[in-house]
Amino acid sequence: MEVPVLKQGQFLIATVQAALTDEDLVHLRRAMVERVVRSRSLGVIIDVTAMDIMDSFASRTLREIAQMIRLRGAETIIVGIQPDVAFAMVQLGITLEGVVTALDLEEGLDYLKNKFDSSA
Amino acid sequence: MAKEMAGMERSTTWQETLVHDASLEGTAVLLRELVAHLRQNRTQLREEWAKRITEAKLLTAMSKEEIFAEATAVYDQYVEALQTGTFEALQAYARSLSERIIPRGVETHEVVGIVLLLRDVLARSLFAKYQADFTKLDRILDAYEPAANRIANTVAVGFVQERERVIRQQQEAIRELSTPVLQVRERLLILPIIGVIDPQRARQLTEQLLRGIRTNRAKVVVIDITGVAAMDATVANHLVQTVEASRLLGATVIVTGLSPEIAQTLVTIGVDLGKMNTVGDLQGGIEQAERLLGYKVVPAGAAS
Repeated sequence: MEVPVLKQGQFLIATVQAALTDEDLVHLRRAMVERVVRSRSLGVIIDVTAMDIMDSFASRTLREIAQMIRLRGAETIIVGIQPDVAFAMVQLGITLEGVVTALDLEEGLDYLKNKFDSSA
Repeated sequence: MAKEMAGMERSTTWQETLVHDASLEGTAVLLRELVAHLRQNRTQLREEWAKRITEAKLLTAMSKEEIFAEATAVYDQYVEALQTGTFEALQAYARSLSERIIPRGVETHEVVGIVLLLRDVLARSLFAKYQADFTKLDRILDAYEPAANRIANTVAVGFVQERERVIRQQQEAIRELSTPVLQVRERLLILPIIGVIDPQRARQLTEQLLRGIRTNRAKVVVIDITGVAAMDATVANHLVQTVEASRLLGATVIVTGLSPEIAQTLVTIGVDLGKMNTVGDLQGGIEQAERLLGYKVVPAGAAS
């Protein structure tokens, strides 16, 4: 399943649909980095509002995406984790350690704008 | 000879059957007679019962008129149950009666007491009526006692079940009350916790907080545990999980008001304190939260 990625100025917004298979996640990891390179983006927002489950593989892949994108000098932020999903994750000990998170798309854009405005 | 013997056996068996049928039919007939008696003497039996209730100092929370009104309804339901042999109507009545009288402070022993008093009053009136014919009295009581006991049981159980339902409801209300999620500034929530936290309450707390973060779009949450005396390892871990889950929703958590005992517990069980942002008291916590949100609080009329 292809994850739609939109360009918003210097940022990319990837909106995850409901259920991602492991292959989808691996594909997303490669696709995001390629897009960052192609668009010379400064920041990436991955919106997981529609994800109703976050297992350890998804969490690890998202962390890897953030690390790979940082190597390109760009910032990643995960937004839209639902309360139920967050609760389940912490109970299972699945953390998104080292990854910036925000409530939703608006907050994510705010974060990235502030980060790059102040350093401009 | 054999034929005569067989004939005799047959007639004995037939007689037994006749007696058996008669006693079954007899029970039904007796019950009808019993119910008729109770209906005919309704007024004085009910008064006798109300008098006994007052003498036994039961239902003191209710006025004489109320007692009489409820007594009338109970009496009629009682006789109805005796007549029909079905108890659904009585169960429904017992529940609705309980709903009415529990808020008035009526206790279980009072409800059981008055139903047993009614049973006694009716039994006495049967003794009085059938005292001349002991065999008949015996059979009338055979019909009356099981039914009367089942009625007492039904009413008492109905009352207790209603009480338990009320208690559960109140417990739920207390739980909801004790963990309000309060918005004190734009994007700033406070969660003041008071009392004992058990794992169930901790879980409920977390769910309420996470929903509150999403609804209020909070960026900072101050969890104040000044009102919590002690915390075991399980609950301490729940607290850490709450902090982590809040972060996943983009909110920073500040924990304030840790008592010396709780501070000791957290250190002893080796909670990763790097994951927890703590400040001494609630005031300090709110001040830090305001700083994080970019607020600056200055006295009005300060240097302009």
